[in-house]
Amino acid sequence: MTGALLHVQGLKVEFKVYEGVLKVLNGVQMVVHEGERMGLVGEAGCGKTTTMKCVLRILPSPPGKITAGQILFHGRDVLKMTFHQVQRVRGRGIAMIFQDPTAALNPVFTIGDQLMSVIKYGSRDSLGAREVRSRAVAVLHEVQLPDPERILTNYPIQLSGGMRQRVCIAMALSTEPELLIADEPTTSLDVTIQDQILRLLNALVERRSTSVIFITHSLGVVREMADRVYVMYAGSIIESAAKEELFSNPLHPYTQGLMRAVPKLTGGGIAEGIPGRIPDYLNPPAGCRFQPRCPHAWARCVNEVPTLHEVGQGHEVACFRFQEQ
Amino acid sequence: MAFWRRPGFQRRWDTFKRGWYKFSKNPVSVVGLFFVVAVSFLAVFAPFVAPYPEHAGRFVNFSEASQPPSLQHPFGTDVFGRDILSRVFFGFRYSLMMGVVVLVLVVPPGVVLGLVAGYWRGTWIDMVIMRVTDVFLAVPPLILALAVCSVLTPSVFNAMMAVSLMWWPWYARLVYGLASSLRNEFFVQAAEVAGASRPHILFREILPNCVSSIFTKMSLDMGWVILIGSALSFVGLGAQPPTPDLGTMVADGAKYLPDQWWIAIFPALAIMITVLGFNLIGDGFRDLFALEEV
Repeated sequence: MTGALLHVQGLKVEFKVYEGVLKVLNGVQMVVHEGERMGLVGEAGCGKTTTMKCVLRILPSPPGKITAGQILFHGRDVLKMTFHQVQRVRGRGIAMIFQDPTAALNPVFTIGDQLMSVIKYGSRDSLGAREVRSRAVAVLHEVQLPDPERILTNYPIQLSGGMRQRVCIAMALSTEPELLIADEPTTSLDVTIQDQILRLLNALVERRSTSVIFITHSLGVVREMADRVYVMYAGSIIESAAKEELFSNPLHPYTQGLMRAVPKLTGGGIAEGIPGRIPDYLNPPAGCRFQPRCPHAWARCVNEVPTLHEVGQGHEVACFRFQEQ
Repeated sequence: MAFWRRPGFQRRWDTFKRGWYKFSKNPVSVVGLFFVVAVSFLAVFAPFVAPYPEHAGRFVNFSEASQPPSLQHPFGTDVFGRDILSRVFFGFRYSLMMGVVVLVLVVPPGVVLGLVAGYWRGTWIDMVIMRVTDVFLAVPPLILALAVCSVLTPSVFNAMMAVSLMWWPWYARLVYGLASSLRNEFFVQAAEVAGASRPHILFREILPNCVSSIFTKMSLDMGWVILIGSALSFVGLGAQPPTPDLGTMVADGAKYLPDQWWIAIFPALAIMITVLGFNLIGDGFRDLFALEEV
């Protein structure tokens, strides 16, 4: 593949626990092109964050173990890199924004200390103390924080949740990464702040043409944030398409169910959900992992694992209904 | 510009005032601080504040032997006629030196080993470091110190070495526990993801979050080490006479209890005041480093 910044192929991850082996990721496939904003959707516990942890090599191991697959960043396998090579990928190559900005900031240092050390050690060229400071002020200004000079001297505890997340965004972007992973960056914020943060993030990555992986479980957020959407279910990608295509023509029964589950302002009552729950990772169904909940399941789904299959212009789906025999 | 008008100094002065506010919220820690400052002052300036500085060393004056407390000798005199008050002031020197030297020897290696083992929790590094620690912790501390001291020639220096040998595992344990939970905090992951080096993560992300516990333990340990040092001297394995060590003085005086009670009781009270002071300060340190809850 050319033009691919990040290419995840057949990624499998297992967790060893008392009860046995949890087969969490079951062959994740995804491609992020340069300058693309990619949305990764799926319900809680489907492996979105686990996948990203593998990409950055921060999967706790033990108990986690990557048993198969490749993660190519600029064509080089992250999983085979030495620690120092990974260190170079982190920060300048790939940066990450975490779900909870409070936990992502060290409570005993000021914002300035933390932001400036990221800039000092993360930037491509060596900078003097004065330049580091002016960059820190500039990047705080860029995330629209009022009075950056004062915020540099504040401790995380003195800022509000929304401000902390802005600081985290500033940190992630301060080293000009090629790929930004935003792991549900608005989940811990209240709704009005969520909207502000999403707009800000969108504007920033657009200006810098940074590639983004935007992890969320909200289809509404994906609609705002992504060019291309990957839908994940129980440890594998089950459908991927350009945003417009996916929302107008969802093919996988799970994606269709997700769309129906979005509550609407018009129309009465609570939205329809998908019956059943995510399968047990200890003994997942042998075939398609969605098969026990699927209204269209047939014999083949029980025994065989469907793979991603191109069904239209850039529209891939892992379902036997759309696969010729 | 005068130095106290500079913004840097103003900021530091402000930090200091804020720290004092937090520390002094608990009057008990102020009392502890007073004891510690007083004891340290007396120890440092012992030759100037002691009424009979020459009584600290080899000095005999049997005409004034075993005098009870009087205006001339507020704490009385011992069987050699030496002024006990003066000897107590000099005794503080040995006690404080014991505490300081042991902590200086013990804290850095203990903390580093704990950090490393905690960060690499579950790997062979953790196994090796923590099992060695466990072995040291399994030996009763006073017995180990006694054994070491009795093998080597008894002296203040050897007592310090012996106590240090058995003390570092406590710091390794303390920091190990903190580090192994801190290493899973998101801010550590965030630093890793930002490409931070291992030393940065260990010493700039994890260690600063352990400082309050380490300091609190240090101030408590200061008291403990002084006690153990005195205990070693008491059984004759620490400072040797005529060194005016508080433990040795208690041991000498114990022979004359209860008739000449002042010989043992005043050095014992001095030990108590010192240890109590450091223990009380411990709480203050905890308040001082506590993050403000807003």
